[in-house]
Amino acid sequence: MKKNLKARITTNHEIAPGIYEMIILSKELSLEGFPGKFVNLYLEDGKHLLPRPISICEINAKEQVLRLIYAVLGKGTKKLSMMKENQEIHVLGPLGNGFTVEKGTGKNIVIGGGVGVPPLLELVKQLEGATDVYLGFRCNPFLVEDFKKYADNVYLATEDGSEGHKGNVLELLKLQNQEGDMIYSCGPKPMLKAVSEWAKNHNIDAELSLEERMACGIGACLVCTCKAAETGDEDWEYKRVCKDGPVFSRDEVMWE
Amino acid sequence: MMRPSLKVNIGGIELENPIMTASGTFGSGKEYGDFVDLNRLGAVVVKGVSSVAWKGNPTPRVAETHGGMLNSVGLQNPGVEEFIKKDIPFLRGYDTKIIVNIAGKTVEEYCAVAERLSKEDVDMIELNISCPNVKEGGVSFGTNRDMAEYVTREVKKYTKQPLIVKLSPNVTDIVEIAKAAVDGGADALSLINTLTGMAIDIHKRKPILANVVGGLSGPAIKPVAVRMVYQVAQAVKVPIIGMGGIMTGEDAVEFMLAGATAVAVGTANFMNPTATTDILEGIEKYMSQYKIKDIKEIQGSLMI
Repeated sequence: MKKNLKARITTNHEIAPGIYEMIILSKELSLEGFPGKFVNLYLEDGKHLLPRPISICEINAKEQVLRLIYAVLGKGTKKLSMMKENQEIHVLGPLGNGFTVEKGTGKNIVIGGGVGVPPLLELVKQLEGATDVYLGFRCNPFLVEDFKKYADNVYLATEDGSEGHKGNVLELLKLQNQEGDMIYSCGPKPMLKAVSEWAKNHNIDAELSLEERMACGIGACLVCTCKAAETGDEDWEYKRVCKDGPVFSRDEVMWE
Repeated sequence: MMRPSLKVNIGGIELENPIMTASGTFGSGKEYGDFVDLNRLGAVVVKGVSSVAWKGNPTPRVAETHGGMLNSVGLQNPGVEEFIKKDIPFLRGYDTKIIVNIAGKTVEEYCAVAERLSKEDVDMIELNISCPNVKEGGVSFGTNRDMAEYVTREVKKYTKQPLIVKLSPNVTDIVEIAKAAVDGGADALSLINTLTGMAIDIHKRKPILANVVGGLSGPAIKPVAVRMVYQVAQAVKVPIIGMGGIMTGEDAVEFMLAGATAVAVGTANFMNPTATTDILEGIEKYMSQYKIKDIKEIQGSLMI
């Protein structure tokens, strides 16, 4: 059940250049959280009317907290990054359809890119099967140590070569001759498209989490759509990333 | 003490209160039903419906601007048959009025939707001749006096429900278009739809919206909307549904003072999922502060 509430911020600080960690305290949200879902954060300043949709990185029901990792990309997220500990924030969530954890009983391949990496952490924590994780960044990787706690193997790629393989995660995937039964991925569209093709070529099922500019976040306004089709259906339609997604199955998404 | 009356009358239909939803911001109410008691809304104005399914525009379809937002959804909808099958039964489960916003690329398409809905259990029709995001139809009918009158008159022939005409602010003289719609047989007017606008990503040197331009809504447009409601209220006798950046009960009262009979809440729903009922409570608070027993005492009571 979605909650519309005020939650207290317990942590809000920079963990990598332009990347922030916010921890919010809410028993209700911590009980409803699920890998791949997101929350709307409202700035309520009269200038930034639209909520910021932020993926859930980790859920801790025992401590009643949600961990959110976000990138400062514009004025709204800049303002978010300036919120202080103990301040209250208006939160709506959890929203959207998350990953199907139940599909992950075999050998899993988890592939994240940039700011698409955070929602994969809670997923990896919950997956039953053996899991190999591929993380790609332009530079300045984050959360890598967190993934090492829960994954069997973590492979790292940076575009500038400052850490791990110099290049992208797809190259790394091919270098490792990676095999598996299920792929989960979140990241920029070109990466997801490449992952989707790789998965298709290797006949591996995949779930992909998309990002799009949103307004309502609950499926009413139809601004955050993506081209999608039922499996084998050539007639596509615009589906809502916030409500039908953000996680879609491999064959559902029609790439431009 | 007697509870103050918030009842309003639009085209012979009595609404429990003046709060409506602005078409396109509330779907058909399903999504907001998780947060808002839909029974408390005077009416739900559903997202624009056309005779067949429309895919809508490419993304990005939204850009946030200072105190407002641009959208270029382009009236994506599953078509009137899907709407009748799925949304009417859902909304009939609630004690609220159903107003169906209808869209078309041609006069014939508008008439076809109106005729199809005339056999269905809906309370009113809102004729959308003001969407800036579709290439054909939409705003082209709403920016020309003769076209506005003609399309209203034709649709009126096919509808059995009261007909509201939703006007565009992207005109030289809103009063002229308002009068034309009334001459065509409009039972009420909705104003304003979004103002055409644009936003640019200076780093990419590209428009933010894939459609290049879009419709501006939110508090940024409220003074324009209040002015237009005021001007039109002076010139026509039919009820006006005022909208454009209403975020609070005070904003709603402002529109009613300017001459609106009812108000519609749009962009505020995105900023606060319970905006509709919060605004209703704000109006009640204003009425109690000034000991107003009937909301009709507010409507058009601006003192100049």
